[in-house]
Amino acid sequence: MKQASRLILLDHGAGGRLSRELVEGLILPRFGHRALARLDDSAVLDLAAQGRVALTTDSYTVTPLFFPGGDIGRLAVCGTVNDLAMAGARPLYLTLALIIEEGLDLAELERALDSAREAAREAGVEVVAGDTKVVPRGAADKLFINTAGLGVVPPGVEVSSAKARPGDAVLLSGSVGDHGLTILTQRAGTRLDSSLRSDTAPLAGLVEALIASGAELHSLRDPTRGGLAATLNEIALSSGVGLSVKEGAIPVKAEVEAACELFGLDPLFQANEGKLVALVRGDGAERALAALRGHPLGQEAAIIGRAGEERPGRVILETRVGGRRFLDLPAGEPTVRIC
Amino acid sequence: MDHRTEYQDQELCAGLVDKIRTLGRSPARLMEVCGTHTMSIARHGLKYLLPPTVRLLSGPGCPVCVTSQEDIDRFVKLAGLPGVTVATFGDLLRVPGTKSSLERERAKGADVRVVGSVMDGLDLARDLPGQEVVFLGVGFETTAPTVAAAVLEAQRLQLTNFSVLALHKLIMPALKSLLGAGRLNLDGLLCPGHVSVVIGSAAYRPLALEFGLPCVVAGFEPADILQGVLMLLAQKEEGRAQVEVAYRRAVKPKGNATARELMDQVFRPAPALWRGLGPIRASGLEFKESWAGFDAARRFDLEVEEAETPPGCLCGQVLLGEVEPADCPLFGRGCTPSNPVGPCMVSGEGTCAALHRYGRPEELR
Repeated sequence: MKQASRLILLDHGAGGRLSRELVEGLILPRFGHRALARLDDSAVLDLAAQGRVALTTDSYTVTPLFFPGGDIGRLAVCGTVNDLAMAGARPLYLTLALIIEEGLDLAELERALDSAREAAREAGVEVVAGDTKVVPRGAADKLFINTAGLGVVPPGVEVSSAKARPGDAVLLSGSVGDHGLTILTQRAGTRLDSSLRSDTAPLAGLVEALIASGAELHSLRDPTRGGLAATLNEIALSSGVGLSVKEGAIPVKAEVEAACELFGLDPLFQANEGKLVALVRGDGAERALAALRGHPLGQEAAIIGRAGEERPGRVILETRVGGRRFLDLPAGEPTVRIC
Repeated sequence: MDHRTEYQDQELCAGLVDKIRTLGRSPARLMEVCGTHTMSIARHGLKYLLPPTVRLLSGPGCPVCVTSQEDIDRFVKLAGLPGVTVATFGDLLRVPGTKSSLERERAKGADVRVVGSVMDGLDLARDLPGQEVVFLGVGFETTAPTVAAAVLEAQRLQLTNFSVLALHKLIMPALKSLLGAGRLNLDGLLCPGHVSVVIGSAAYRPLALEFGLPCVVAGFEPADILQGVLMLLAQKEEGRAQVEVAYRRAVKPKGNATARELMDQVFRPAPALWRGLGPIRASGLEFKESWAGFDAARRFDLEVEEAETPPGCLCGQVLLGEVEPADCPLFGRGCTPSNPVGPCMVSGEGTCAALHRYGRPEELR
């Protein structure tokens, strides 16, 4: 029986004694904000900060749940915090909703919640509301998490994918492909002796540093699914500018490059969970770069390109050897090639 | 040293480009045979660096592109059979057949697994003893020996639920057929690096002799390809037609005899249908009689209707270098990488797909 008691049962979601034990034993000790601890139907919050409210939500599912550099708990907090940060907002509050598959090991749930708490602490956000559902075996894959986030955009900050202008500099906060390749190699079950680690991290502090630099900030995006290529294309399309990017200026870790080579993949298409792309007015590029590099999450930041008037909506890559080509949107899920 | 620094060195490449510009003043039509070359040329933006006089045509060496529509329909039919798990390389997943694709079948509930190698397919068969695991054997001489090795291993393990739909193709018969048609007007052939590791550079001698065609085997890094182009232009300039190797770190004249023996042990040459090129004698591989038990074509009923070339599609002429992709009425309009009509747009390695995604030199200047 000892074994069975360490697993999530359907009763954990039935609203009875086990449900209460789950919330009081697992959730509240980790996320103790008074709005949450009341266990009322809604969290009622005073917004002390000045500015406009930013609101976002995202659902997280990842296989495996735990991977080098992160796990689903950390991802669920950082992903939503970063969506807020990319609006120029200071993230304040999160909701956390769990959809748990019957039979999940409680220890795994605890581990995911521990790292969600740690990520929330790093990001300076409070979890103020939540929900727990348990679904029968097979109706979910171990654990799904939804988080919603609320933040405040300081006065004077106006960023959008549609606000890039010709003459803007394109900045990238660090190496690309780390998260995507980490997940892919874990999933492929390839016993690669690899030092690959996901970059999952909350970016609000980095954005704050960027805003404080005084550079005129036009667009901010975190290149998650679809990677840097998708993000640059979205900005080019939304803003109606042409982007020109230097391949040689884009940081890619040697182990990511090697794994991409092996699988026939392009690091520019791989997901990131702790990087940002910023378009700033050209004259503020160096200040913005210094601000990024001065932050622990932006030490490898680089100016990778420029926005121009030519070929609106398209991204041109100047390759390492001096060639040129379009950097297009990825076609779908990355797959391994035949020869 | 990191290969990225060594073979993607800008100065080294710039030096090669300068020499190519000098030698390439008169028009030259070169063909890169291999899809991996096509991809590397596109990804590194090399056409932008070459003078407009030097034209690179893409040959029949993209395995997904030359897989016939009927064979894609067979994959779809196979995936729909009860109790069958299809193990495939990822780039076949999205290729549209007449009515469906493997990706669509998977969404409808078919068990289609993307594997990184045929050995992963073998592992699947071991893990799923109640399922018939069928590996889709698509590829050239590069892939075929590994599939043969897997079949030998399956026999050793007495895995009776593993089979292969053998659609491997041989590059030499296709090249001979293409060149024999006499419409290509080529000045040189950039021969595939990977395939040549197996078949050896000497295999191209008949092409140099019979067709007076300079042949250079090249690797896949930008410096390898530029070096190969330069060597082809030099042969043309000097009036030579020889087989040369710009990829000595991997290719030997005699190739890899062990790999070929493996292939010969399990397979024998058979007629094959190539998309865009039609049927070519002895250009495919089929199971030898003694290995028939592993032949998915015999274990399952995979009869499909004959497929028709989609109206308006000029892939056949594009493959022969007679028509530029952008001159096809469907290019970028009815036919795009996300909604491909013809073989050249189907695979990421196809000529049309590469040009559509990465741009034509004139668009980039």
